[in-house]
Amino acid sequence: MTRAAARHLRSITELGADGIIELLELTDHMVEVNRRPIPKVPALRGRTVVSLFYEDSTRTRLSFETAAKRLSADTMSFSVGTSSVKKGESLRDTVETIEAMGIDAVVVRHASAGVPWQLSQWIDAAVVNAGDGWHEHPTQALLDCYTIRTELGRPFEDLHVAIVGDVKHSRVARSDVLALRALGARVTLVAPPTLLPPSLEGWDVEVSHDLDDVVATVDVAYVLRMQLERQEQALVPTLREYATCFGLTPARAARLPGHALIMHPGPMNRGVEIAPEVADLPRAVITKQVANGVAVRMAVLFWLLGSEPTPSTSGGDE
Amino acid sequence: MSSPARRPTPPGGGVFHVRTQVLGPDDVRRAITRIGHEIAEHNKGLDGVVLVGLQRGGVWLAEALAAALARIEPATPVLWGRLDVSLYRDDIGLRPVVPGAVTDIPVPLDGAHVVLVDDVLFTGRTVRAALDALSDYGRPRTVQLAVLVDRGHRELPIRPDYVGKNLPTSRAETVRATAEGVVIGELVAGEEGPA
Repeated sequence: MTRAAARHLRSITELGADGIIELLELTDHMVEVNRRPIPKVPALRGRTVVSLFYEDSTRTRLSFETAAKRLSADTMSFSVGTSSVKKGESLRDTVETIEAMGIDAVVVRHASAGVPWQLSQWIDAAVVNAGDGWHEHPTQALLDCYTIRTELGRPFEDLHVAIVGDVKHSRVARSDVLALRALGARVTLVAPPTLLPPSLEGWDVEVSHDLDDVVATVDVAYVLRMQLERQEQALVPTLREYATCFGLTPARAARLPGHALIMHPGPMNRGVEIAPEVADLPRAVITKQVANGVAVRMAVLFWLLGSEPTPSTSGGDE
Repeated sequence: MSSPARRPTPPGGGVFHVRTQVLGPDDVRRAITRIGHEIAEHNKGLDGVVLVGLQRGGVWLAEALAAALARIEPATPVLWGRLDVSLYRDDIGLRPVVPGAVTDIPVPLDGAHVVLVDDVLFTGRTVRAALDALSDYGRPRTVQLAVLVDRGHRELPIRPDYVGKNLPTSRAETVRATAEGVVIGELVAGEEGPA
């Protein structure tokens, strides 16, 4: 079996605009698969995908596992709480053990930035970043771009996206900025100075500290989760004050242009960054983001694993 | 289509050099009309008949056949759709998926007489993948196969029911079939030319 060097999806920057568009177009195929009575295709039969989650997750993990199963790949799942990590096994030993069982892709989430790069040096399987620290979450950015593309149907060059909230601790924000800027959208970060990264050098974005200044001109209001576990660091005075100043309230939602979308990567803190009734507006496409997430991850897995020769192949077709 | 640099060159990439024109536009039109008559005759009309063009080469032909059938049997509406088989191939990895060519089957296929439509029949592997894909959309009563050109070199036990032209070729040659005609030529390494 000759094996091409594995491809990875560790960062949006590995794709570039062309790669992002190719994956969004591939996602159209997967959405069609998901609409069928039997939403399953044999494309990745015999491939094994491992999800390696060192941090809690509901949607990302289930989304990747569903995606793998709809492509007929086998899945293995690993969670830190019930594994030998409890006995002190290192990350390297853990992944090398798993790789020895014969795997084709690893979907990894870890609290430390850079873990996907480290893994790709240790093992031959394709590595997919499902969130590394505060750094990146590329499949979230892809599903956000796909949702924006299908819901608005306009060229990204004509769009203005506001990313609101805790940008500093958000890997979603980083990947979204990279993807949206690569596609040509205008991006404004809206947050108090304490919730912005210490330096925005290299971020090709605009910055505002006043949500009311921005809402009337955006095509997408992308609301980030307020990370409640970071409250002890006193980055905002109180959650109530944050909700008043930076939350997407009904009054602010009413000032959005008629076509504008409201998006959130989940899980939501209703009443903090987004008012409960705003999250249920028809223009809030949050559950559509989740549905598109499965299709986008199918596209990513197929793109990574469907593009190297399988042992059974013999000769091409016209 | 753009691909990241790491992608291997797709098989079939390169510049297409025309060697022989086999059919002209009028020949293609006549062949399509004849196939249309054969489909209507074989199925005793068009009740339950659904044309399914295989992405991408078969789609224009399915559309042209649907137009021909509408003239032949004006009383029955002609149903036709398109099918992308890339996720069912047995050579996944050897060729890139064609983005933008999404499956669109307009009606349930349970009990239908499905006519698969493709431009060129070669090894038969595309048709094999299409048969697998069809079964995910229902259980057709019959599945038939219409092609504009049968160039031989089958690797699977598949034969067409309706053929525009049988065309003996060598494996090294490439056949292009469009409404403008059928040409034999070869692919030469180089930048990808227009499809």
